[in-house]
Amino acid sequence: MIEQFKQWEENRHDYAKEWKKKNDGKVIGYFCTYVPEEILYAAGVLPVRVLGSHEPQDVTEPHIFGMFCPFCRDCLAQGLKNRYKYLDGLMIAQSCLHIRQAYTSWIKHRPVEFEKFLCMPHKVQSPHSYEFLTDEYKVFLKEVEKWTGKKITDKALKDAIEVYNENRRLMRKLYELRKKDNPPVTGEEVMEVVMAMQMTDKAEHNKELKTLLAKLENHKSNREVGSRLMILGSEDDDRVFINMVESCGATFVVDDHCTGSRYFWNEVENNGKDLLASIAARYIDRIPCPTKDWEERKRIPHILNMCKEWKVDGVIIMQQKFCDPHELDFVPIKKALEVAGIPTLFLEFDVTVPVGQFKIRVEAFLEMIGEEDLF
Amino acid sequence: MVPEDKYPTEQLKSWGKAKEIRMKFYQDYAEAHDKGGLRWAGGAWTFDAIPAGLGDDVYPITSEPYSATIAFDRDLSMECMEATEVKGYPRDLCAYMRNYWGSIITDKFAFGYNKDGEFVPRFAGAKPIGFPKPDFIWQDHICCSHAKWYQVVSDLEGGIPMFTVDNAVGPSSEITDSKIKYVVEQLKDGIKFLEKTTGRDYDDELMYKAIRNHFVSTSKWAEICELNKAIPAPLDEKSIYSLYVLGTLQKAGKQVADYYEKDLLPEVQDRVKRGIAAVPNEKFRVMSDTQPPWSFLSIFRYLEKFGCVSVGSLYTFGLIGQWEVKKDGTWGAKTIPDVEFTSRDQALYEYVKYELHKPEWQHFYSCHTKSDMMIRIAKEWKLSGVMLHYNRGCEGLSVGIAENRLALLDAGFPVMAFEGNNADEREFDEARTKAKINAFMETLGAK
Repeated sequence: MIEQFKQWEENRHDYAKEWKKKNDGKVIGYFCTYVPEEILYAAGVLPVRVLGSHEPQDVTEPHIFGMFCPFCRDCLAQGLKNRYKYLDGLMIAQSCLHIRQAYTSWIKHRPVEFEKFLCMPHKVQSPHSYEFLTDEYKVFLKEVEKWTGKKITDKALKDAIEVYNENRRLMRKLYELRKKDNPPVTGEEVMEVVMAMQMTDKAEHNKELKTLLAKLENHKSNREVGSRLMILGSEDDDRVFINMVESCGATFVVDDHCTGSRYFWNEVENNGKDLLASIAARYIDRIPCPTKDWEERKRIPHILNMCKEWKVDGVIIMQQKFCDPHELDFVPIKKALEVAGIPTLFLEFDVTVPVGQFKIRVEAFLEMIGEEDLF
Repeated sequence: MVPEDKYPTEQLKSWGKAKEIRMKFYQDYAEAHDKGGLRWAGGAWTFDAIPAGLGDDVYPITSEPYSATIAFDRDLSMECMEATEVKGYPRDLCAYMRNYWGSIITDKFAFGYNKDGEFVPRFAGAKPIGFPKPDFIWQDHICCSHAKWYQVVSDLEGGIPMFTVDNAVGPSSEITDSKIKYVVEQLKDGIKFLEKTTGRDYDDELMYKAIRNHFVSTSKWAEICELNKAIPAPLDEKSIYSLYVLGTLQKAGKQVADYYEKDLLPEVQDRVKRGIAAVPNEKFRVMSDTQPPWSFLSIFRYLEKFGCVSVGSLYTFGLIGQWEVKKDGTWGAKTIPDVEFTSRDQALYEYVKYELHKPEWQHFYSCHTKSDMMIRIAKEWKLSGVMLHYNRGCEGLSVGIAENRLALLDAGFPVMAFEGNNADEREFDEARTKAKINAFMETLGAK
């Protein structure tokens, strides 16, 4: 059912190159989900998220100090290995320092036609962040217009917002289906869909997603659901790990990742504000990355609510090694989950994960969750 | 062979005063409640002129220098970090942060009173006292860890009112009214927070004075560092660490502004005039980068064996110092704004506009900007090479350091990279670093 998504995800570079040829358009790579893709899409640009390849590599050592997260090094390796040679532009929105290094090294050693560091505010809990970000968008929009030579009209922006919002609504529907006692899709399948979402034209993704949802409407999965798990933490697109866990008698029913639900959870609401202000509000109000989740920790109630609504039996807290922002959050998150009676398993990820060792720990965790059934 | 002395040297006359100011800072904080005053906690970069408007009896403790003090006290530091690890926090997090949290968890302040009743560090024989809980938190956020640091402090202390200002608005080359206004509006909200939290009325005049002090401290510190362009260098980096720290404690404090302007600056000017060297056998000049491994400052003395002086770093020059490009194209102290403060809004605007140029804030946006500044220092301070501390204890200042290395090499400066940790001694290999220094000095031509 998800073959098309899988094909897109696995052949992401071919997809982007073909899109370029077919649409005579520009492709921009981006590093963080705080990039306002709607503005780029309105200018006829295809934004594609730069992700790693989960292969050991030896090209980033001279560029990024080894104490920074493996994900940022894996992303930079893709650039240094010329796998994204087709990119016309590269950008990042202000989030964590780790991934910013992938961007700054990339633009120096593999220059592109258009580069942008967008100053996304950190204090999203400040009422002043809306106006500030809107002003940053005004500058950005002009820069994109200059780069592409195309005027971004209000109509184009509205259309882009609608395409993106539809994508978000459809993804929420897909996640809703996972609330069922017998979810019609596995966590691994959903990961394919979410990843493909970040590297394809949203209009095309929407079309395929509608077909998928129609198929899933009455689909009955005959696999054992097992323990219902949530996975949360740093960036995570490790399908091998997800597959391993789901083959141990469990199903991931929900997640809180920037490569998962956090990417699409909130829509742009046009409440009579101007369009850029509406887009800004979406990125300010979205479920925050830990770098922006202060002074109040707003992610914790969201996670607890997800656990409740998706009837989660246990949570796997994963994090990319050395990921400071998540390291600063997982202690209170773990505590909050334990207070709510939800068991957790903490695992530290690298570019590749030790599947064998993790399997033993996951099996022990699942055994613990299923204790009542055992005895 | 140790090179022979070429220059006269003498101790800094104002050294004792710098130590007194530092000790009084911690004593004032510890004793604030005894005198009916208030205590607050925040980072070294926080806009500390703002809480100054609450009164003259409001005393801060700044996180980074306090944590460095703990790091210097090896036994206490180990106890603090282990206590933090027991609470579940990973040991690759900011080492300052872990020392600081540990001081709260173990309830051990790094200072106390000796048997004669004098206020001294624990390692100097103080009887331990508990960590004095702050009344409120006043923080800034540009590094991923800044605001989060104090979320945890508040958790550990059972809840402390907290306000954090987002100052990460982009590089100084792209400053706009909108960016300044975003920070100014947050500061105005912060003033309301302070009034509500403390129940005190806010005095704008006190804030104006503190902003003036801030201008003086940060500009005069840069002027002092600029004097180190001289050969021989009047100051060495090990001494600079004990002097720049005053700016990290309370840059908006009158005692700090006065010390830099009226004591240290004239003295260093006089040293340059008389050719007084920090290192009398100066032959090679290097700079470092990021915080040093605080428990191992002896490596800077080790350099002297080769006739090598570390004249400073972007870190010591630009963490607090404010700079600008002068007419002749060289780097000099930032001109103090010639403005009268007439309203809260206007004063805050000037304060923020000035502060957003801080050199050590720029690399958060681009490591290449930092490389440019480092190459400038290497040229203008006439350096023979650079020692880069790949510091596992501070992601904020180590960000982009590998690119800095490449850029310095491209610019023709020999670079020695050594890995360590500013505040976790378990991650510093002294013998290996000294061996690296030996090889590096040989490269520079030392015999």
